[in-house]
Amino acid sequence: MENEQISAFGEVLIFLIGGCVFVLGGLFSSKLIHPHRPNAQKLESYESGEQPIGSGWSRFNIRFYVVALLFLLFEVEIVFVFPWATVFGNADYIEATDGLWGWFSIIEMFVFIFILALGLAYAWVKGYLEWPKANVTPSDFKSPVPQGLYDNINKKYQSTKS
Amino acid sequence: MVVLIEIPFYIFSGLAILFAGVILFTKNLLYGAFSLVGTFLCVAAIYVLAQAEFVAVTQLMVYVGGIVVLLIFGVMLTNKITDKGIITSSYNRFLGAIIAISLFVVLFYGILKINFGAVKGQSADMNNVNQIGVELLTEYLLPFEIAAVVLLIALIGSSVISGYKTKETDE
Repeated sequence: MENEQISAFGEVLIFLIGGCVFVLGGLFSSKLIHPHRPNAQKLESYESGEQPIGSGWSRFNIRFYVVALLFLLFEVEIVFVFPWATVFGNADYIEATDGLWGWFSIIEMFVFIFILALGLAYAWVKGYLEWPKANVTPSDFKSPVPQGLYDNINKKYQSTKS
Repeated sequence: MVVLIEIPFYIFSGLAILFAGVILFTKNLLYGAFSLVGTFLCVAAIYVLAQAEFVAVTQLMVYVGGIVVLLIFGVMLTNKITDKGIITSSYNRFLGAIIAISLFVVLFYGILKINFGAVKGQSADMNNVNQIGVELLTEYLLPFEIAAVVLLIALIGSSVISGYKTKETDE
């Protein structure tokens, strides 16, 4: 009787709720017991020890959006793969069809994924996934310190392990 | 036994409404986007309690994982964010309230009219997701493969529309 009320995925739900409760419980109990004495320095954005300029909110590069769209499409694909994954290795079906079921379902899924992979290949070839590389131009500054001195220092303080 | 299911059902419904209220009344768009995650999670939990596992998984993956990421990106990509986040206020309150109330009346009337007893419940021995998997590979194989083509078209179309290229990389 109990199985009719709580389905198989209900157990997953309980784990999800448990995860949320652990995170929120930790945050809440810390809020409950921690001392609350803020000042201007504590509320500053952390910028690796530097003085931060502007606020913590900043713009993302627009190129992330294409990556997010591609990700979303492949996630929709996973929605189709997920029910397939629960049945393609089913021993009963494989036995009933003399092993044909397994081959049939795996080939069908490869066709499915291949069609979507074409889209990824298209985006790749068209250069939507390319990131502009920074042009590093070597400066023509001539240091008066000869390179040999640096090498000597490196050799002197070299760690024995490397 | 019925009560055991109904209590979490009402808890999640209440939480979903709470998060939806935060979306409506928050001034910061990013907080609204994050409480949308909470609403979607609560709706997914309601689907699980209603024994619609496949819909719940789809909700989790597509909406919680995907749509919200796009939304948050949309917020983070805007120009105005650099100062204090995007601050909004609500417009058209009166019109919105009328539309919401009339939609509620239509749905409520429909729920009262429908005879839910006539809808057959699923058999307990066969898992919902397994059933969909078998059906996909037998009865609905062609639509399944066509779905791949539709997704491919969507992928190419969206990357062409949103694809950002500098002048140098253009052919």
